[in-house]
Amino acid sequence: MREGQAIIIEERCIDCGECIRICPNRAKLAITDPLEKLADYQYNIALPAPSLYAQFGPDVLPGNILSALLKIGFDEVYEVAVGAVAVSNHLRRYIEHRPRPQPVISSACPAVVRLMQVRFPGLLEHIAPIETPMEVSARLAREKARQEHGLADKAIGIFFITPCPAKVTAVKQPFGKRSYVDGAFSMSDIYGAILQRLSDAADDSRNSLSPALGVGWGKTGGENHAIKEHALLAVDGIHNVINVLEEIERGELADIDYVEAQACTGGCIGGPLTPQNLFVARVRMEKLLKKLADCRQPLPDFPSDPDYYRLPGPIPPRPTLQLSDDINQAITMLEEVEHITAQLPGLDCGSCGSPNCRALAEDIVRGYAENSYCVFKLRERLQLLASEIVDLAHKQPPAMGKHVK
Amino acid sequence: MQMEFSVQGMDFNRAGEAAAQIKKALQLVGMHVDTVRRAVIVAYEAELNIVIHARQGRLAAYIHPDRVEIEAVDEGPGIPDISQAMREGYSTAPDHIRKMGFGAGMGLPNIKKSASHMQLTSEVNVGTRLTAIINNQTSGD
Repeated sequence: MREGQAIIIEERCIDCGECIRICPNRAKLAITDPLEKLADYQYNIALPAPSLYAQFGPDVLPGNILSALLKIGFDEVYEVAVGAVAVSNHLRRYIEHRPRPQPVISSACPAVVRLMQVRFPGLLEHIAPIETPMEVSARLAREKARQEHGLADKAIGIFFITPCPAKVTAVKQPFGKRSYVDGAFSMSDIYGAILQRLSDAADDSRNSLSPALGVGWGKTGGENHAIKEHALLAVDGIHNVINVLEEIERGELADIDYVEAQACTGGCIGGPLTPQNLFVARVRMEKLLKKLADCRQPLPDFPSDPDYYRLPGPIPPRPTLQLSDDINQAITMLEEVEHITAQLPGLDCGSCGSPNCRALAEDIVRGYAENSYCVFKLRERLQLLASEIVDLAHKQPPAMGKHVK
Repeated sequence: MQMEFSVQGMDFNRAGEAAAQIKKALQLVGMHVDTVRRAVIVAYEAELNIVIHARQGRLAAYIHPDRVEIEAVDEGPGIPDISQAMREGYSTAPDHIRKMGFGAGMGLPNIKKSASHMQLTSEVNVGTRLTAIINNQTSGD
């Protein structure tokens, strides 16, 4: 906290969205693209995240939602749920080959990947080197549009409808050289526009493929359900994910083949940009999945070359935690941190602007803060100064010959 | 730089806390990613051994630019046959501990695999002393 505002240290931010969720003053928001961005492109394709289908009333089917999206101004809709089926098939094949190290960790949640880059860089090799359903769907959609309409690449605008800010960062700052997605619209932003057009959107179940196994990716356990075979573990909620990652770091969980990890409780339906309450969305999702499992539509042929789905390169670590690049200096600084922490009250009150006493000690050593920021240390210092002033007040120079009692 | 923790036998609520603090310290210092991983395994297994087998003990980490030294000293039953204890799968953990999921018999072998050097001495009915050194690779892969 500085000057009354909560500041985010950018290098440490993993886009988990907790700050957006927790702030009682709604001071934190995610920056997503405005709907006006559609005007930048000749041909616009909407990429709805599977979690979008659970945001509406019980009688709203994916077909209605996709029709409403077309009325908003998209030329085409390509469901991310479709790309998710292709990715699930490849994940299953990848796991079958018993890659090392075990367990394989899903690459789907960008907040979890960023958490690992900062805090668990030793586990980055566990991440499945396979693209997310969003990227695969965008690439399939783009190639299809170029083929069917003969359009140039830059004339096509592909927009992901996102439940969270982490996916926005994945578009704006992709791991590889480019993302196949051009922008992201927040689910909460586009919700009103969809609702307005739902009433007169015909039930176009013809235009929705909505494969159940792909739609299920919107909630925790969905990836595992689609992969089906092997020993699969699902964990959601950022603190639970951290606990599981710590266990993997210690060498436990080697008997698990695949870990699905979502930063948000409930999975993507619990994302900070979703308009619907997580628990209501969960019910909608479960009912929808039952319906969809019964009416399966044939899916397009997916490319069978595994390289089509591969991540462009290894995921690099983001070492931001270290006190100094010079290890000798870092050790001296660490000793300083321990020393200062021992002298702080340990109340973790946050009045200094740092989240807890240990963090203040670190901030002091890094030069972001001073000892006097601590209210308790300040008062201790004032008491000391006050007693020195009282001492001085009792001493008169002998030249005047008077002593104050 | 030195970090010291006292470890209480049978205290499964706090088991692993010392190792977690050591991990945070090593990350702050900027040790190589693999050094941190190996040191955490050594510290965690050593800490758990004190919790599972001993009455009480002390876990210490000595952080140098080129290495981390982990020292675990405890008051407890001691180890009658060290070479037996080093065998993978051999465990003297009591049944109720194994039911909790601990005591798989992999602690000491895991320490040996992860450390660059390991030294283990023990006296029956007195206690055990473990020292392990994990060398720090300088920047590279």
